[in-house]
Amino acid sequence: MSVSKLLIYIIVTAVSTYLIRMVPLVAIQKKIENQFFRSFLYYVPYAVLAAMVMPAVFYATGNMTASAVGFITAVIFAYLEKNIVTVACASCIAAFAVLLLL
Amino acid sequence: MKAHDDFRQGLIDGIPIGLAYIAVSFAFGISGVLQGIPVWALTLISATCVTSAGQFAAIISITAGGSLVELILSQFIINLRYSIMSIAIGQKLDERAAIWNRLSMAFGVTDEIFAVSCGRPGDITPKYFYALMTIPWISWTLGTFLGATASGLLPVIIRDALGIAIYGMLIGIIIPPAKKDHHIVIVIGISMAVSLLFRYVKALSGVSNGFVIIICTLIAATLGAVFFPIEKEDEEYECE
Repeated sequence: MSVSKLLIYIIVTAVSTYLIRMVPLVAIQKKIENQFFRSFLYYVPYAVLAAMVMPAVFYATGNMTASAVGFITAVIFAYLEKNIVTVACASCIAAFAVLLLL
Repeated sequence: MKAHDDFRQGLIDGIPIGLAYIAVSFAFGISGVLQGIPVWALTLISATCVTSAGQFAAIISITAGGSLVELILSQFIINLRYSIMSIAIGQKLDERAAIWNRLSMAFGVTDEIFAVSCGRPGDITPKYFYALMTIPWISWTLGTFLGATASGLLPVIIRDALGIAIYGMLIGIIIPPAKKDHHIVIVIGISMAVSLLFRYVKALSGVSNGFVIIICTLIAATLGAVFFPIEKEDEEYECE
């Protein structure tokens, strides 16, 4: 792919990603009083991240067993309230160990 | 809270996100180079987009020679969750924030920055948000560059193991608050269950990943809001 075509793709990706983030932040400035919508927004991050993790996490290393071990390790470390770096690293190390053994 | 403290706190809160981003963007850099995208282009994508799933999709479009319309459509679907996050951030934003604050803060809305800023008690000040997004942004860009550059040097097994980093980070974000509020556990469970249905039930498996995430979010967060509506003061100590 030529440099100019590559640049066009990058610009289009960047602009569309930015607009999706910017428009709602600028357009909705009033406080939403509606309790349903406030509750909905409260649960959104958990719902989004949960759907991103499941089931994609099991395909993350190209090996189901290693991914599953990495996933369980992450859940245990997260449950112990370790910070996200520790959780991510522990998960990688566990997956790495399984990949080594296989 | 003093503005100066806000900035400091933002930087501090951004460190763990930044460290996790290094690992994830490193993996992005590696996979991009393997698909034939030059290092400069990968670094530029990371610096201007700062979105994991969207960038991976963009790379697929680029290498597959997909049309620009397809690219925009896939970005819209995958990243639509950011609009919901932007609305939520807007709700917690300090009233003194100006329009240009909103315009510039929008650039830094990611899953993790959103989760950390909204999970914090009290209003979000622009100063805090700018500080919070700084280290993750640098890490994301730098990590991509390093991954793309080091790609050839790393054994496959390490590259594979790094693939799970982003999920470890996401799990690390959602589980601690779920321990304190069992309604969150139920919402997480519903969202995961719906996601699994879309993946493994044949009739539903044609739906794209980005769209599945939106559907799961709408269903799980709606059920949560219907059955476990929050009181106003609950929000003060949500994520951490």
